[in-house]
Amino acid sequence: MPRTLLQKVWDLHTVRRLPSGQTQLFIGLHLIHEVTSPQAFDMLRRRGVGVAFPERTYGTVDHIIPTLDQSRPFADGLAEQMMAALERNCDEFGIRVAGLDSDRQGIVHVIGPELGLTQPGMTIACGDSHTSTHGAFGAVAFGIGTSQVRDVLASQCLAIAPLKVRHISVSGELGPGVYAKDVILEIIARLGVRGGVGYAYEYGGEAVERMTMDERMTMCNMSIEGGARIGYVNPDETTFAYLEGRPHAPGGDAFVRAKEWWRSMASDADAAYDDVVEIDGGAIEPRVTWGINPGQSIGVSQPIPDKASAATDGEAIGEALDFMGFTAGSPLAGTRVDVAFVGSCTNGRLSDLREAARVARGSSVASHVRALVVPGSTQVRQAAEAEGLDEVFLQAGFEWRGAGCSMCLAMNPDRLNGREVCASSSNRNFKGRQGSPTGRTLLMSPAMVAAAAISGEVTDVRTML
Amino acid sequence: MSGVTPIDRIKGTAVPLRGDNIDTDRIIPARFLKEISFSGLGAHVFADDRRSMPGHPFANADFAGASILLVNENFGSGSSREHAPQALMRWGIGACVGQSFSEIFLANSTTIGLPCATAAAADIEALMAITEHAPTTPMALSVRTRTITAGGRTVALHFPAAVRDSLLTGQWDATGLLLSEFEDVQRIASRLPYVTGF
Repeated sequence: MPRTLLQKVWDLHTVRRLPSGQTQLFIGLHLIHEVTSPQAFDMLRRRGVGVAFPERTYGTVDHIIPTLDQSRPFADGLAEQMMAALERNCDEFGIRVAGLDSDRQGIVHVIGPELGLTQPGMTIACGDSHTSTHGAFGAVAFGIGTSQVRDVLASQCLAIAPLKVRHISVSGELGPGVYAKDVILEIIARLGVRGGVGYAYEYGGEAVERMTMDERMTMCNMSIEGGARIGYVNPDETTFAYLEGRPHAPGGDAFVRAKEWWRSMASDADAAYDDVVEIDGGAIEPRVTWGINPGQSIGVSQPIPDKASAATDGEAIGEALDFMGFTAGSPLAGTRVDVAFVGSCTNGRLSDLREAARVARGSSVASHVRALVVPGSTQVRQAAEAEGLDEVFLQAGFEWRGAGCSMCLAMNPDRLNGREVCASSSNRNFKGRQGSPTGRTLLMSPAMVAAAAISGEVTDVRTML
Repeated sequence: MSGVTPIDRIKGTAVPLRGDNIDTDRIIPARFLKEISFSGLGAHVFADDRRSMPGHPFANADFAGASILLVNENFGSGSSREHAPQALMRWGIGACVGQSFSEIFLANSTTIGLPCATAAAADIEALMAITEHAPTTPMALSVRTRTITAGGRTVALHFPAAVRDSLLTGQWDATGLLLSEFEDVQRIASRLPYVTGF
């Protein structure tokens, strides 16, 4: 019987069906970081349980690390304490960790793929909702909480209910200045922030098949913003070419055998889906959020929606407009921005920095804008420097930082102040997300962020390319 | 190993929290995650909303001591931080009743023994109205009978079957269960191509 990738991976990793009806699912790769793991290790110690498969676990530090001065001990004692706890825990339980002293450190969802740890056909878990990113490789990857981190450390398994699959096909060709970020914002706006609850999103269609791995990761990363715990793309030649030669990817003959297996894990052509959605990629504009959840976005040429334009969601629109201080019917283009942030697990990869640099090259950041570029990993930073992107950004007046989560979630010194408006390439525009309870986030692609930084206001990047 | 503790009945007053898509950044802002323990989180639940939204139910003395949280659609969306249900629980919440919950929030809540039940929108509205009108109204929720009673009214609740089962059997803390057939885990691992080196 034809099966989807999700079904194939699920079947292969099923240890047993639990009495509750859930599946005991084996986890092939467990990624950990400093924020959601310390309590899990403490629970293990209290119960006298060890880590079952330390060799299938990999740690890094990303959320709390400063991106300016990364010398130890950190100025923030709480951050230092978390960093030290991760180092101690990984050391005690024999887990590899890419620390700050390693050139492999970075945001967990950037380094997993970059090191070749993330591979097709795997199950992957991490105590972070953006673990869906790894689905770009045809892995089944989901975010978990700390008690589940404990479970995976202890048993390398999760108790989890099976998911339905929604195939989202993006046809046609994206226009110039339109990126994966715009596609996923369009999908979330269309299907809603809770449209994906109970589903895995399988992305396909010509536009997705043409995407690079970086772009596919951006798409899968934000699946959770649409309510879907898992997003994935079937593995293909683009996937295999990315993985070849990566430090933890199979090499030599094993790579040839691996490719054959990876190919076999893709959804069968005649697999049945629980739902199918078609999107015309050619009709998508650069998008910007105007509200307080990632479903509230519009094309840059469209007006901010009216409370009356949505029958059921009027109250939510009203709350969002009040918080943002925006007026229904006005354009979003032209909105003054105070801060511009390029980075995060959504858009902090080399191709993201290249697209932002393409816009920034030879221009200057508007005098009232504070602009930051934060590479997603130390390797991204080094690669960007090797091709001179740091110089492009510095000459244009952007700050060039060390790798980390930075201003995406403000668990480190990078944050908004007061009611600042931030053009951000990150993934969440929730109230308070960027560190100021009244700060305002406008999500957009890295190229759009660069355009906003240069012009000082929300600008259609297509006019600057 | 921790013991097995079945969870069925939660009794107490309720706190109504109106609004859809209340995300985990609002339940517990990220700056409070800079901790290696969950123990102090209760004091910071809805820290920013309590300050910026006059009359926020978690800042209203009428609802202090409540043990049942009433919410609307997609409660707990966003980040996977278990700190969100941990903070609610340490504030005193013993069960949540809403129109819908985000998937990761529901999983995290279940895993720490915090029942989250859904009910019809009209029933949620009725429960919220009862508690807003008379905050001291006692409510009693039962996972087993899938009901909540308040002010003489009984409302039907829904739980995903696996959630209800794990609460009633005490297997919501899954570590012991997942380790109980460890040879099966090793068998599955040993036949995965990426474990064996292809």
